[in-house]
Amino acid sequence: MNPQPESVEPVVPDDAGGLDPEALEQVIAAPGERFRHDYLEIRDLRVVFDGFVAVDGVDLTVTRGDLRFLIGPNGAGKTTIVDAITGLAPATGSVQFGRVELLGKPSHRIVRAGVGRTFQTASVFDELTVLQNLDIAAGAGRGPLTMLRRRRGIPPEVEAALETVGLTKVRDLPAGILAHGQKQWLEIGMLLVQDARLLLLDEPVAGMSQAEREETGLLLQRIGEQRTVVVVEHDMEFLRSFASSVTVLHQGKVLSEGTVAQVQADPRVVEVYLGSGAHGRGRGAAAGDAPATSTGVE
Amino acid sequence: MSAATGPVPGTATPAPWWRRPATRVWAGVAIAAVVLFGLAPALLSDFRLNLLAKFLCLAMVAVGIGLAWGRGGMLVLGQGVFFGIGGYLMAMHMKLSDAGPGAVPDFLLLYGDGVVPGWWEPLRSPVVTILAILVLPAGIAALLGLAVFRRRVRGAYFAILSQALAAAFAILLVGQQKVTGGTNGLNGFRSFFGYDLADPVNKRMLYFIAAGVLIAMVVIVRLLMSSRYGELLVAVRDQENRVRFLGYDPANVKVVAYAIAACFAGIGGALFAPVVGIISPADVGVIPSIGFLVGVAIGGRATLLGPVLGAVAVSWAETGLSEQFPSFWTYFQGALFILVVAFLPQGFASLGGLWRRRRAAGAPAPDDPPVGSGPDAARELASTDAADGAAQEAADAARTAGRNA
Repeated sequence: MNPQPESVEPVVPDDAGGLDPEALEQVIAAPGERFRHDYLEIRDLRVVFDGFVAVDGVDLTVTRGDLRFLIGPNGAGKTTIVDAITGLAPATGSVQFGRVELLGKPSHRIVRAGVGRTFQTASVFDELTVLQNLDIAAGAGRGPLTMLRRRRGIPPEVEAALETVGLTKVRDLPAGILAHGQKQWLEIGMLLVQDARLLLLDEPVAGMSQAEREETGLLLQRIGEQRTVVVVEHDMEFLRSFASSVTVLHQGKVLSEGTVAQVQADPRVVEVYLGSGAHGRGRGAAAGDAPATSTGVE
Repeated sequence: MSAATGPVPGTATPAPWWRRPATRVWAGVAIAAVVLFGLAPALLSDFRLNLLAKFLCLAMVAVGIGLAWGRGGMLVLGQGVFFGIGGYLMAMHMKLSDAGPGAVPDFLLLYGDGVVPGWWEPLRSPVVTILAILVLPAGIAALLGLAVFRRRVRGAYFAILSQALAAAFAILLVGQQKVTGGTNGLNGFRSFFGYDLADPVNKRMLYFIAAGVLIAMVVIVRLLMSSRYGELLVAVRDQENRVRFLGYDPANVKVVAYAIAACFAGIGGALFAPVVGIISPADVGVIPSIGFLVGVAIGGRATLLGPVLGAVAVSWAETGLSEQFPSFWTYFQGALFILVVAFLPQGFASLGGLWRRRRAAGAPAPDDPPVGSGPDAARELASTDAADGAAQEAADAARTAGRNA
């Protein structure tokens, strides 16, 4: 169509980037009381696709104030667990959040129970503006009369989220022309305005620059202090910097769980990563003292 | 306007008054009123004016299709069903009132048992008839939509299903000749709510009613498009699953647009019957259902006026060309459809956008895509509202750019 990928850059003003941690404080200014009973409790979760067992009896507990990373080789079932929690994949077992059973509910009801998620590929509404994207995310609870009226002004929570994810300057641009990292931020902003209490992020920093990862990590840490956050991530550098706890999955089962250091020291983790991820690099990498290096999980 | 545009709320500099959405809507209504209520009756013969009234009825269906298909992404290939329900309800009322209180319409004596079936009886009342025309098509569409969309039937499957429905409906009408008049349909109406249809003045009144109703429908769709619901509908069209994970049930969002489209089609059919003087299975089956769609596609489905102008233009061309070259029209319609789908997928309305884009890109490099010309061009294209097509184009370009990034 328009083979001019380079020309995209100037659309986004140079000073548009940058998250705004101060604005986040407004967003999460809500009293912490509300979140007190929030924790994710998964028991014996099984997902089977046509006889293939993608998730095999996973138990997982994530408390509020934790920033939990799910890692594992390709096909370990990380994204499938997120799909099962949000009603996208049929599952058996039990998934409770804030003492509400989620399994068996349709996706939109699970979301209304306070669960928000992002997708591996940033999926924002390309034809709508950044503002419209956020406004839709904020509006699941709106009544029919509000829906049938034009939006007047910008709702305060949307305004704050725009500031937080640093997209205020581009709010009237179609989301489709944002840079990749900005789309990811927009998704995080959408989670914030939809007031998700459990945030499930699937590779939130994929395609981001180092500086952007840094900012995103800090943002997630701050959100994690208040809410329950689960991140599926491949990037070991990012994991080491920001994870407060890690669950390693392998072939649909929990292989190891603990802090970053504990997990890295677990011999089973070392074996899985070096066995399945780094065929050619084998021995050389094994000699290194950091088993779960990023080379292992490409 | 496309959703990419929006009224740009909260921008630092308020738009000049002639660019404000409300002003534009009222200006558009005023222009449409001058053309439809002033120029057309003054310039056209009674015969042509009646033809135009018929086209306006078809355009009502098109407005609904523009909403459901263009904005909602539902390829509604069976609007003939709702058009037919509206048409037959109105036709039946006219037959009953022509026959007089308690009497039996001629076609029931001819084909039927000479008694009015119980379920036709309520239509003797004008109020019941009007209510039924407003409620029945929308209600049926809502039930059908809930059943279909909840099961996540969409895309081509939904299109096939809706078309099969139109086919079944036409077959049912033919098969139930005793109570529906069969292939001949219902015709020979003498009066419309007590007004003699043989009188040219009353024919003219019908035209004015059709014009007024059509303008009202366009305004309703315009308001819907710029409402929060309109934005949500576009979101559902583009990424249904994502909407689900924001806590909405996309089925409900789609049902609303589908029911409105059905309601508009029903009203169009209800006015079509007295204007044309006949409603028959040939007006409601598969072929007319596709015909409704062709005009919308040619005009520009995602725009506000594209469907209306497209539908009127196609019907007008059909009549004109059929008068000149009988039996030639079908080929012409097919060729036009193919050309538009191949080269102007957003319909003729996107031509305006192309022209704007060229102008915005400036004289030196007229072939520059808008994204290439920097934030200003993109912003302008995305926010000037005016031409639906412009926004569409900008959004298309933007999407491409986004992908490349």
